[in-house]
Amino acid sequence: MIKAILIFNNHGKPRLSKFYQPYSEDTQQQIIRETFHLVSKRDENVCNFLEGGLLIGGSDNKLIYRHYATLYFVFCVDSSESELGILDLIQVFVETLDKCFENVCELDLIFHVDKVHNILAEMVMGGMVLETNMNEIVTQIDAQNKLEKSEPPVMEVHLQKSTLLERKRFLHL
Amino acid sequence: MESPGLTFPFGTELRCHTLFFCCEATPESEGKSKEAEIKRINKELANIRSKFKGDKALDGYSKKKYVCKLLFIFLLGHDIDFGHMEAVNLLSSNRYTEKQIGYLFISVLVNSNSELIRLINNAIKNDLASRNPTFMGLALHCIANVGSREMAEAFAGEIPKILVAGDTMDSVKQSAALCLLRLYRTSPDLVPMGDWTSRVVHLLNDQHLGVVTAATSLITTLAQKNPEEFKTSVSLAVSRLSRIVTSASTDLQDYTYYFVPAPWLSVKLLRLLQCYPPPDPAVRGRLTECLETILNKAQEPPKSKKVQHSNAKNAVLFEAISLIIHHDSEPNLLVRACNQLGQFLQHRETNLRYLALESMCTLASSEFSHEAVKTHIETVINALKTERDVSVRQRAVDLLYAMCDRSNAQQIVAEMLSYLETADYSIREEIVLKVAILAEKYAVDYTWYVDTILNLIRIAGDYVSEEVWYRVIQIVINRDDVQGYAAKTVFEALQAPACHENLVKVGGYILGEFGNLIAGDPRSSPLIQFNLLHSKFHLCSVPTRALLLSTYIKFVNLFPEVKTTIQDVLRSDSQLKNADVELQQRAVEYLRLSTVASTDILATVLEEMPPFPERESSILAKLKKKKGPNTVTDLEEAKRERSADVNGGPEPAPASAASTPSPSADLLGLGAAPPAPAGPPPSSGGLLVDVFSDSPSAVAPLAPGSEDNFARFVCKNNGVLFENQLLQIGLKSEFRQNLGRMFIFYGNKTSTQFLNFTPTLICSDDLQTNLSLQTKPVDPTVDGGAQVQQIVNIECVCDFTEAPVLNIQFRYGGTFQNVSVKLPITLNKFFQPTEMASQDFFQRWKQLSSPQQEVQNIFKAKHPMDTEITKAKIIGFGSALLEDVDPNPANFVGAGIIHTKTTQIGCLLRLEPNLQAQMYRLTLRTSKETVSQRLCELLSEQF
Repeated sequence: MIKAILIFNNHGKPRLSKFYQPYSEDTQQQIIRETFHLVSKRDENVCNFLEGGLLIGGSDNKLIYRHYATLYFVFCVDSSESELGILDLIQVFVETLDKCFENVCELDLIFHVDKVHNILAEMVMGGMVLETNMNEIVTQIDAQNKLEKSEPPVMEVHLQKSTLLERKRFLHL
Repeated sequence: MESPGLTFPFGTELRCHTLFFCCEATPESEGKSKEAEIKRINKELANIRSKFKGDKALDGYSKKKYVCKLLFIFLLGHDIDFGHMEAVNLLSSNRYTEKQIGYLFISVLVNSNSELIRLINNAIKNDLASRNPTFMGLALHCIANVGSREMAEAFAGEIPKILVAGDTMDSVKQSAALCLLRLYRTSPDLVPMGDWTSRVVHLLNDQHLGVVTAATSLITTLAQKNPEEFKTSVSLAVSRLSRIVTSASTDLQDYTYYFVPAPWLSVKLLRLLQCYPPPDPAVRGRLTECLETILNKAQEPPKSKKVQHSNAKNAVLFEAISLIIHHDSEPNLLVRACNQLGQFLQHRETNLRYLALESMCTLASSEFSHEAVKTHIETVINALKTERDVSVRQRAVDLLYAMCDRSNAQQIVAEMLSYLETADYSIREEIVLKVAILAEKYAVDYTWYVDTILNLIRIAGDYVSEEVWYRVIQIVINRDDVQGYAAKTVFEALQAPACHENLVKVGGYILGEFGNLIAGDPRSSPLIQFNLLHSKFHLCSVPTRALLLSTYIKFVNLFPEVKTTIQDVLRSDSQLKNADVELQQRAVEYLRLSTVASTDILATVLEEMPPFPERESSILAKLKKKKGPNTVTDLEEAKRERSADVNGGPEPAPASAASTPSPSADLLGLGAAPPAPAGPPPSSGGLLVDVFSDSPSAVAPLAPGSEDNFARFVCKNNGVLFENQLLQIGLKSEFRQNLGRMFIFYGNKTSTQFLNFTPTLICSDDLQTNLSLQTKPVDPTVDGGAQVQQIVNIECVCDFTEAPVLNIQFRYGGTFQNVSVKLPITLNKFFQPTEMASQDFFQRWKQLSSPQQEVQNIFKAKHPMDTEITKAKIIGFGSALLEDVDPNPANFVGAGIIHTKTTQIGCLLRLEPNLQAQMYRLTLRTSKETVSQRLCELLSEQF
């Protein structure tokens, strides 16, 4: 089972956190910090697996991670998951993000928290792998986008107009 | 790490990065930007709050926008304490966008015990019934993500129906399967097996591979608890797997990942098969073919250079090897698996080396492949020396430990020791434990064992836990063939100018016991031994000094020639007036002991320690604790079966006569012991008295001896009531008039926790009315080596005959323990002694002359008829011992009053010994027949 999926950048700033087991808000933040601490001090060409931090279950759990330029993608899993399988799943996740955002960058994760969560939800549900077929995932996301656009026209105009505005305003928040 | 096979996602520098409000904290601006971030976020939170609270209704888009902002702020670690209600409102919207953001907020921010759950459940119920697959998907996701018990109660009945309904869409089926799995994990009792189970099994044949994957996950989890129910899944899984592995890489289209057909599903199917033993011959043949095909494919040239291709292929391969190891029945496959892993051990991919080491660990415990694994020893040792990654080195240590047996133990232990010199701090303690275990387990020659442990202390003294040095002492004490060597070796090791405190402890203990074995050599004469130890004394901590003081007093016995030197040391102000109470007390008592006691008494008190009872190595227990129960136990047990009890031998005799005060007998017990040999119990006054009064019979065997043990407490209030391999029960009690208080001490003698520890006092109805007992429950968990105390408040309402029973139940390891002992609360405890003159005594004696008031018993002496002991027993019984009352000086008379809540009962007793016949006549006269009867019974048992 996947216990948690974390994305943070090279400075340890969280960009996505998804826990599949209940933890208090404080513990969630501690887990993110602990995981960042464990992962970030590792060299670039060592292996992609290590024992989990104490907060998330210690040696019964593994952290499986990949480092892409500015971001770390970390899956915390128990012993029932295949390490290499999860490693490939991270790759599928990233490739899917790349397809949905066209040249995905860190900022996309910040501005589209909801989209990233939706994409992840198509792949992993309640800690188990739901779908691994990238085309299937992208089809689902496209269908969602279509649905959004098909909703009442008033909304659409409003949405499109304000997207630009809002993007700016969010920046100056 | 390999490069991702893709055009650098996230490679482009952040666009307008610095514009963003939570501008990235660079190390030098951390504090400042953190402050700025908090300020801005608080401002934004206030803004959103006012929007939500404002009069103007927000449109859907604004709601979505603000909820997204809240999510982001939450991600950064700030508490969000509002917006939940708004999110719940969004759930009932008909717009997809609003519904979706509502569900997202809830699955991230609502924890399972929220009060909103009822409202949320309502919305979910509507969406599940909507027959709109998108809405159903959202609702199922929400259930799977929150997964609370309330949700399980609401939906556990509904979801199986959705899952197996004929008209459910594939994507909904997938979600329903995983949703059900989540609910089963949360509340298995709410997901009863039923008709739907067989239909779920048939989902393994579904056209849609996504559905099959989700169903396989579900079945794997359910089958672990209900193997019978899902047995038919085995043949379906095998045929599905067979179709996948033999398919061409294009057959499965979208589910082919970098030329590997459906790797995730293959892994899941292989996992499912690991829930079951090898299948029937027909299915087994097909499965073996599959596994062989997978092993063959590993040898084929790769279809792509991309790392994704090799990852996917090897994910399947490793899982196939796991299944082969799990079945542990096909020697041919096992050896092939081992060879394959052997290739990976030298692979250039670090990930593969890591996984190969890990898989080989389990392979090493199979009897078919243990020898094959051993052939890779050089590679593994090399990995230990050259791997750059500590994760990998740790796996190498694990594998060396797993492949160790008598033939290679010396080599492996030597390599681990040399690795220890440079090992990462994070894994040193574990390596120390492993070395200590291997050295003990495979020692043929115990001099090697002693050398190894001393080396451990020298190299990594700080990481040598108490269990390790306790254990070496246990072993040296139990094996007389190694004692001389041990003494010589520690003596030599102590010569080093700087040695670790643990070495001083071991050295102090061993020389104190066996220093005489090397004293013949002028280079290690008693004085030299003493001076050597004493030169370390002032550098050591208090517990070590306390241990050394005990060594010194043992030296007084072993070497009379250094007695005065040691007495001078003990007499010095730094000892006698030491600020530490323990040290001071030891110095005072040992000095006194060495002065007043005759040589014989010294020799008895300070006799060599008796052998320790054999028990599970406490080090092994510690390693299990450290690594989690599964990892070590299974391996250990498998190994134990193979190399049946390597160092096994007859159990040494249990602790013999009163050699040492009993608390120290447990010194090297599993953790709870005081840190000194032969130390007196710190609380008691006179050392000698303790030595003799706390006689060895205090350590009774099991419940059969309970009756005897009970009798011993009639005349005393403190001591050990019960003891077995696991548990010790001690008592301390005090009584005053009709009230009493008893302290029961439960000591866990093992290093493993006792769980569900529940002591219960059982009284018959009769007893309950006459004796009132009050107590509080104790903590249900008793840690290894710990002692818990329970207080019983006692009130004697009316005289009584029976005794309460103390029943203790607990779980130790996997087994249920149940112990019952009689609790020694007896009528005589409520005695108040009464002094009276001869005249008064006989006057009252005559007054109590009716036949109901007198009870007499004539019985044979069970113990030597010693006047002083008899007197002590009568006083211990509670009555006054009246001297010069009886005309015959050989007789004993006593008087007292039994206090109960309702009455007071005067009691007179007379005991007439007949030395020639070795008989006694005991007469009790009291104002109440039942009291006379009971007291006579109780006291008769004592002589």
